[in-house]
Amino acid sequence: MRQLSAFIFGVVFALGLGLGGMTQPAKVIGFLDIAGTWDPTLAFVMGAAVAVAAILFPRILGRQAAWLGDRFVLPQKKDLDVPLLGGAAMFGVGWGLSGYCPGPAVVSLVTGAPPVLVFVAFMALGLSLARFIRID
Amino acid sequence: MKLIPIWTALLGGALIGGAASGLLFFNGRIAGISNIVAGLLSPRRGDVAWRLSFVLGLLAGGAVLVAGSSSSISTAHPRSLPVLAAAGLLVGLGTRIGNGCTSGHGVCGLARRSLRSLAATVTFMTTGALTVYIVNHPFWRGNFW
Repeated sequence: MRQLSAFIFGVVFALGLGLGGMTQPAKVIGFLDIAGTWDPTLAFVMGAAVAVAAILFPRILGRQAAWLGDRFVLPQKKDLDVPLLGGAAMFGVGWGLSGYCPGPAVVSLVTGAPPVLVFVAFMALGLSLARFIRID
Repeated sequence: MKLIPIWTALLGGALIGGAASGLLFFNGRIAGISNIVAGLLSPRRGDVAWRLSFVLGLLAGGAVLVAGSSSSISTAHPRSLPVLAAAGLLVGLGTRIGNGCTSGHGVCGLARRSLRSLAATVTFMTTGALTVYIVNHPFWRGNFW
């Protein structure tokens, strides 16, 4: 059941990314291009995603445990620190260069196109190497 | 690149928020893609199956998108492969060091009203926009000086 549930929500998540245009890097770059021909569509995608989650999350987290019995696994850190901001800054540069963030990049793998294959291969390398890097 | 009607954009966003809520409700997990993928690259016993299932779901969803409309997922890309390699490395390192990406911080974290996620989201939006500005509007090539 756990696997089926995760699979189904993976499918829905991908459909949302695709309908919202997140799997079109040129569109994402257009959204970040505030000084150019700014394309605000993605602000509605993110806005709707946050709105729905912000309404449902507090109700869900009021439960003792998840529906399938597992405890909730949530980030515990509360304070701002240098790795958080430094990592986010690095991510933003990569996002701006490519128009890909991790979710849409993984979804786009199904095309087998060289640009996304190269991006995801190096993203996986970065995810694996990050533990050897300390910023503080 | 195709224009997307605002209602389609809102529906897409609602599906993303709904899927994140569904994963939290049924599995008790945050739908942060960088974290989910990272957990597959350095697997821990008992913590792999749900991640693999979610990623397979993402790929299945991608296949449905392509079947529905071939233009819904781009195959061509405006940047060169070396730039995409560098960008991928930055995205992988940055999301791991910063504990999240657009989904984990930008959707789930903001929905949990997390100060850390708000700070991260403002930061990556800002450096993303600055990067696009520098790449798309190269003042050093023009009459800037």
